[in-house]
Formats: sequence, C-alpha cells, structure tokens
Amino acid sequence: MSEAEDLSAEDLPDETPAKLPLDAWHRGKGARMVPFAGYEMPIQYEGIVIEHDWTREQAALFDVSHMGQLLVSGERAADELEKLLPGAIATLKPGRVRYSLLLNEDGGILDDLMVTNVTPWIDGDEEAGTEGHWGEPTYYLVVNGAMKWDDIAHLREHLDDDVTLTHLDDQALIALQGPNAATALNRVMRGVPERLVFMQALDYQFGEWPLRITRAGYTGEDGFEISVPAEFVESLADRLCAEIEVRPAGLGARDSLRLEAGLPLYGHDLTAEIDPVTADLTFALTKSRREQGGWMGHAGCAAKLTEGCANTRVGLVLEGRLPAREGAPVYSGGTEIGRVTSGGFSPTLGHPIAMAYLSADFTEVGTEVEVEVRKKRLPAKVAALPFVPHRYYRGK
Amino acid sequence: MARYFTDEHEWIDVEGDTATVGITDYAQEQLGDIVFVELPDVGAQLAKGKDAAVVESVKAASDVYAPISGEVIEANDALDDDPALVNSNPEEEGWFFKLTIADKAELDGLMDAKAYKSFCDEL
Repeated sequence: MSEAEDLSAEDLPDETPAKLPLDAWHRGKGARMVPFAGYEMPIQYEGIVIEHDWTREQAALFDVSHMGQLLVSGERAADELEKLLPGAIATLKPGRVRYSLLLNEDGGILDDLMVTNVTPWIDGDEEAGTEGHWGEPTYYLVVNGAMKWDDIAHLREHLDDDVTLTHLDDQALIALQGPNAATALNRVMRGVPERLVFMQALDYQFGEWPLRITRAGYTGEDGFEISVPAEFVESLADRLCAEIEVRPAGLGARDSLRLEAGLPLYGHDLTAEIDPVTADLTFALTKSRREQGGWMGHAGCAAKLTEGCANTRVGLVLEGRLPAREGAPVYSGGTEIGRVTSGGFSPTLGHPIAMAYLSADFTEVGTEVEVEVRKKRLPAKVAALPFVPHRYYRGK
Repeated sequence: MARYFTDEHEWIDVEGDTATVGITDYAQEQLGDIVFVELPDVGAQLAKGKDAAVVESVKAASDVYAPISGEVIEANDALDDDPALVNSNPEEEGWFFKLTIADKAELDGLMDAKAYKSFCDEL
C-alpha cells in the first residue's frame, strides 16, 4: 500500500520538521504526527470524521501555531500596508479583522491572510493631566505557515523603513471552533465571547497570560483564535479541553471542514498564478481601492474586473462516493474545461465535494460536468459555495 | 487454510488454488475513515506488485498492490454500499477480492501472523 496523494506529501520540507510548542501535548493525546509546512503536526487524534463531526456539533481545539504571526507598527503602518494589500486598512477600526491578500506585480496571489488593527488604547492619567488616546498604529497579521518566510521577505522588501515588522515567533496560536465554542470559552473566560462578534478581536489578560482573541476561524463555524505566548499554550490547551464541549482535532478535520465551508487553501486553490478575481475573492478588494489603485497587483486585477476571467473558482458536487482529488481534470463532453484544486469526501453531506477552476462558460450553478478519476468519468454539478452554510456569530 | 501477510499490509487467505485478499487492521488504522474502495473487475489479470485496488479515505487515495499474480474471480460487492466495513472488520467481512493463484511460489517469503505482528511492532 502506498499513499498516492497525502495531504502532507507535497508540503514536505527539505529539512527536518520543527516541533510545535504543543508537540508533547499532541503526542500525549494520541495524535498521529505528520510533517506539514515545516512542522510536525497532528493530522488526527481519534479519527478525521469523528473530529470533523465533533467540530460541527460541539467545539474542537486546533493547534495552528505553524502559522506566521506578524506585527506591522508605526505611524504610517496603514498606508504602507495599503501599498501591498488590496483591502482598506486605513479605515479598519481598532479591534476589527479583515481577510486580505498579498499579491505580486501581476496580481497573482502570494498568500492570503487575516489583518487586525491592534492599535493599543493608552489610558489617560489624571495626575499627569493626560487624556486617553490611541497609541502607535499596529496591525497584526496571521499568514500561512508554509508561506510565512516568503511573506516576511516580501514585507521587508516593500514596507518603508519607518514601519517596524515583528515576527511573533514566540507566540502559539490555537483555534477553538464549533457551535459550542462560545459556551465553553465563556466558562473559562467569563464575559469574553459576548464582547466579540465575527471578525472582531481583543487583547485579554487571563491571569498572567496576555492573550489576543479573535472571533474567526477556518471551519465555517463560530469560533475563536487565541494567540498566546508559547510558554503558556499547554496550560491553556488543557484548560480549554477540560470543558465538556471541547476535544482536540487535527489537520485532517481542519481540511475537510474548510473544504465544506468553501474556504480556499493556499498552495492548492490559490497560487501565484491565480489572481483574486479568478479565485472569486473579489470581496477582498475593497471597492474604493479597486478604483483608486495604489496597491501591488492592481493593474492585473482591474483588467480582470473589467474584461472578465477566462476561468473561475467554483464548487463541484459529485455523484456517488468516489472523491476527486487535486489535479483531476473536469470535462464537458470531450472538452477539458478545468481542473480540481482540492477535493474530498464531505463527512457532513455524505458525498464527495471539490473546488475547481472552470472556464467561464461552465461556472453557473447547476451546470453538469464530468470529473475524471483514474480514467472514469464521474458526473458532477457546479454548486454554490459554501457547501455547508457558515454559522458565524454576527450578533443578536 | 493458511493466512499470509505482506509488508504492504495485505493479508492473503489461501485455500487450494484460490486466495482471498484484504488489507490488515494496521493498514485500515493508518488510512483512517474509508469512504470508497475501487475493486478490480472479475476476470482482470493481476500481476504481483502491480495496481489491484484503490482505497479512498477522507484524507487521501491509496493504492493497493496485488500481493500475488492471478485472475480475479470475485470482488466484495458489500464494500460498494458500506466501504466502512474495511475499518470495522478489515480481516474478515472487509475482504477485497478473490483470485486464482497463478504461481504458488509467489507465496514463499510472505509472513505468517506472528512474523507480521513483529513487523508491525517495529514500525
């Protein structure tokens, strides 16, 4: 037996993978560790489907400490970031989170990321006669683990010297995801969940642990990402997993969950050869900035916006049980019209699903196509994304 | 009836000139949740070490190679409806296919249960 396509295989680094701060914790919980993005990471504990279902029904704890956590700070930080990101940063209020992209000169996607305005509030001091005010503008970026070194090099090259780029490499990052994530977190950190809705963040001092908590994630469920100094992450993971709703989940479930949620995975569904319009991520190009430009890759994206794209990222629902994986060609009759970029079996839906790039004539929802797997043609239909509805908490 | 094991984590039950082939409990554990098994057609000629079946788990597709050469005489249709049988009962109900044994000499050098167990223990 041999693994024909392993989630980890193509991400195998040349060097020995590094260990995560939670490495021993994962092994103690019976995790199977695989190399991914330069780290040994837990692919599963009990089983991918069990962990997937638990996340959809309860709450799961994912270790995503492989991801890059960066700070960009300085009076001109927003302006400088706006040279590289196609989203509005200057108008992003403190405590707000935005999904964004790093693009090359042609508009190809170098990475996707989350950016949060974490500018600190400085309390006033009556004795000193100072008023409360915002401190130095500071932005917190979370980028893909496999891309973080390239991203850092790109930012260093293109950001002016008067802004400071800091790699928070002593911070771990864990994600608590699922419909009961807020209930569980509220029992551990009373009052925190109600202070956040989807895509908001706050800094929170939990005893001696300085945490940064963001209400977001990569599963389509309500949930939180918690940045914590690496030295405290094991205690925090234990604390959260002590709640009855919370169990650890691995990379395998993370991948099947994000696929159901229609969320693209960098290196598979997004690459430097794909622009945001083709990737159906136009929402990440803030409207005013589409017109104004002034960001790397603008010309390429503007052309796609006016002229349209030759192909687009779509969802596919397959008949039967045989999944189509990355690279499977998609046909309409005898014509190849695109390729699958990620695919698998959906535990929630009970049938195979995939993301593919198809030529523009075939991207309407309901279009019947065929996917070729091992010389067999499997009937499939173009489907709306997400496959499984998002359940983000946007407030009462 | 004798049961043999391969270092590719397949088991082979030999009865006269026919053999039943499946994957071991260790293999199914490694693969995780199995969602589809692609079996060879009846009448297919399998060559030792060449592709015989494909197991699709949630995570990945994995090839299963023919442990010995021969002609397929039956495939386990129960796996079409319930591929998870390979997870729940890999070494009995979750068998893959039966074939005629082309060359009994190919069985030489395969492991017995005890040898296979110590093989797995060292992995």
